[in-house]
Amino acid sequence: MIELERVAYSYGGEELFTDVTLSLAPGSFHFLTGPSGAGKTTLLKLCYGALIATSGQVRLFGENTRKMDRDRIAMNRRRIGVVHQDCQFLDHLPIAENVALPLTVAGRGDEADAYLDELLAWVGLSRQKEQLPPELSGGERQRAALARAIIMSPEVIIADEPTGNIDWEMSQRLLSLLVELNKLGKTVLIASHDLALIRAAKAQVSARVLRLKDRKIQAAEVDL
Amino acid sequence: MSAVERIRAVAMLFGGDRQADRAVPPTGFTARLTIFTAGAMAFLAVFVLALSLTAGRVAYRWTEELARTSTLRISAPEGQVDAQVQAAIRVLETTPGVASARALTDDEQRALLAPWFGPDLPVGSLPIPQLIEIFEEAGGYDATGLRARLQAEVPGALLDDHARWRAPLVAAAERLKLLGYSAVILIAGATAAMITLAAQAALAANAQVIQVMRLVGARDVYIAGAFVRRFTLRALTGAAIGALVSGVAVGLLPELEVAGGILEGIGFSGAEWLWVLAIPILATLVAFVATRAAAFRTLRRHA
Repeated sequence: MIELERVAYSYGGEELFTDVTLSLAPGSFHFLTGPSGAGKTTLLKLCYGALIATSGQVRLFGENTRKMDRDRIAMNRRRIGVVHQDCQFLDHLPIAENVALPLTVAGRGDEADAYLDELLAWVGLSRQKEQLPPELSGGERQRAALARAIIMSPEVIIADEPTGNIDWEMSQRLLSLLVELNKLGKTVLIASHDLALIRAAKAQVSARVLRLKDRKIQAAEVDL
Repeated sequence: MSAVERIRAVAMLFGGDRQADRAVPPTGFTARLTIFTAGAMAFLAVFVLALSLTAGRVAYRWTEELARTSTLRISAPEGQVDAQVQAAIRVLETTPGVASARALTDDEQRALLAPWFGPDLPVGSLPIPQLIEIFEEAGGYDATGLRARLQAEVPGALLDDHARWRAPLVAAAERLKLLGYSAVILIAGATAAMITLAAQAALAANAQVIQVMRLVGARDVYIAGAFVRRFTLRALTGAAIGALVSGVAVGLLPELEVAGGILEGIGFSGAEWLWVLAIPILATLVAFVATRAAAFRTLRRHA
């Protein structure tokens, strides 16, 4: 689905990481961990085409991101659901419209009614659907972001520190939603430095853990 | 951009997409500023066009109509005037290029002088030169040859082919017309600059909105469309109001009838009124192109 081949990324003349090779197979569950500033977010951005690798190749669904134009990248984002660290909503629109936004911008806004209520119920936000994003708690925002990420029924779900600002109970709930999606066949990639969360996930699903450290990526085989 | 995409872009503009429009938060104050500026620009454009077109008509009239006539002035001692007038008309009638010539009547001469001396001037008792009006054929006549013949046969005659005073007036009118058209071009440029600034400000203020739309897979044309529609409609609204007000104002300007219509009131005549309609359409086009360019320029900076 997403393949990185000897990828390096430099920022301001400084190499963030180099020689990263990684392949996300359909239905796999990956964690990306590592110290802050190691480039986890950058690596995720390479995976959904928000950044282009300095060297090496990134292929989304077999297509090299370097050769995609902006429209092609937009089309690919409709197949990859992304949950951002800081969620990123349109603060003047209610949650329901924010969650339906991917359908709206794809010109399929009329389909939203069919899944929206069910989806909001699944993430436990039925009561909040008419509220504005700033009125929601951190956990509610993360769940709304997840609902938005999956409304297009993407093949891949990428989440950047989805449990960064929420309490343990809420992060468990979010994790179980992601595990559930993985069991439905979705490929999942989560960047997190929350080791407890990773341990909890490994109990529920066979997750691979990748560690980004010292400008390299390594499989963390040892028990965390 | 291919022709099909261009057509689709324009169709999207007027078809509209309420959803995309909702994605960009509404802005009351800057919207009114854009409408006001577009209106002011359209008002000026219509007025300047009226001025230019009038100047053009005046220049045309002075060139075309006055070029076809000239004046012969006979100054002679009392008693000889009639004889000299007869002689002059005989000369003129045998001059190639002269269609006809006739002496002005006392009433006509009095009418010409009335603006300066009042209506009750006793023309007959004053030593006023007699004027002869000459109508030319399309090709005109040889003024130098005519002067030479007149000098020999009618010593008191002085030929005025109007060129001396007509030329600077025509030049002035032509220059005025040119200035007017330059002003219209400047107004269009200023409108484009103003709309670009306004759109740029809106795009900068909505960086977060653009970012979110991009992240959830919106294509550039969709995001740009929301901004382009908004600014184009504002420009259309403002320009329509401005052009309408200006058109009414120009239409209500007092008519001027000076010296047999040599000068005329500023305004539009006939099909020229279509400019009042064309200005808002042009403003809309300018706004469309300016906002679209600004939007795509900004979008290329977003991931």
